[in-house]
Amino acid sequence: MILTYLKVFVVGGAVCLIGQLLINLTKMTSAKILVTFLLLGVVLEAVGLFDAIKEFAGAGITIPITGFGSTLAKGAIDGVKERGIVGALTGGMRAAAAGLSAAIVFGFLVSLIFKARTKV
Amino acid sequence: MLSKTQYLELDKKIAPKSNEARTLFLSFVIGGLICMIGQGVSDLFKLAFPEMEEKMIGEITSTVMIFLGALLTGFGIYDRIGKHAGAGSIVPITGFANSVVSPAMEYRSEGVVFGVMCKMFVIAGPIIVSGVSSSILVGLVYWFVGLFQ
Repeated sequence: MILTYLKVFVVGGAVCLIGQLLINLTKMTSAKILVTFLLLGVVLEAVGLFDAIKEFAGAGITIPITGFGSTLAKGAIDGVKERGIVGALTGGMRAAAAGLSAAIVFGFLVSLIFKARTKV
Repeated sequence: MLSKTQYLELDKKIAPKSNEARTLFLSFVIGGLICMIGQGVSDLFKLAFPEMEEKMIGEITSTVMIFLGALLTGFGIYDRIGKHAGAGSIVPITGFANSVVSPAMEYRSEGVVFGVMCKMFVIAGPIIVSGVSSSILVGLVYWFVGLFQ
């Protein structure tokens, strides 16, 4: 149990540390960082490595945006298995629907309810 | 007039050395902590609903984390964490929620449609476009390879 959480912490922290290194070295903006890690997740899932990392690190790899990329790619692959070429089109969005819908609806509600404050 | 390279050199000299080692350390710690919270949420739901399939546990966990990220952004807490944690607050899924809420709130004064609804996707847009497109590509390749097996 403690070991599991330690692994989650170390791997999740390491992923973020790599992101920070990229920011420090290349001055990438947060949008580019997010896209980079998302695509990394897609590639890891596509070549079949993601599950092995997930087995070891759990939320350490699924909570970073790499997990979102993996969900999309896995959805497309499962989609093809179940529905052929149409599944390639629909599978990714189907699998990622929870995250996308949550981000849209909570994002919308929060920005309506809360007032912008001056940046600290 | 300064050339671009001259300007960049000058900028390097004058800009305060943002304590890079400190940000690296904090990005590791905060990023790791957020992932541990995610693991905790997932484990709690597994404990409460042992029958639930893993896919749904994952969906609920993402939803809860996105909700937390959006709410903390609303209270102005997330951006304060982000100032110290850098990528530690950007890379986790809570950072995705933050990237949706933050610009939407900032442009709230430009109205609900052109302020909130449009600006929500200033950063999230590229993520959705690249994510969905690449997933379709992966699906197509998988389908194509399957034709020859």
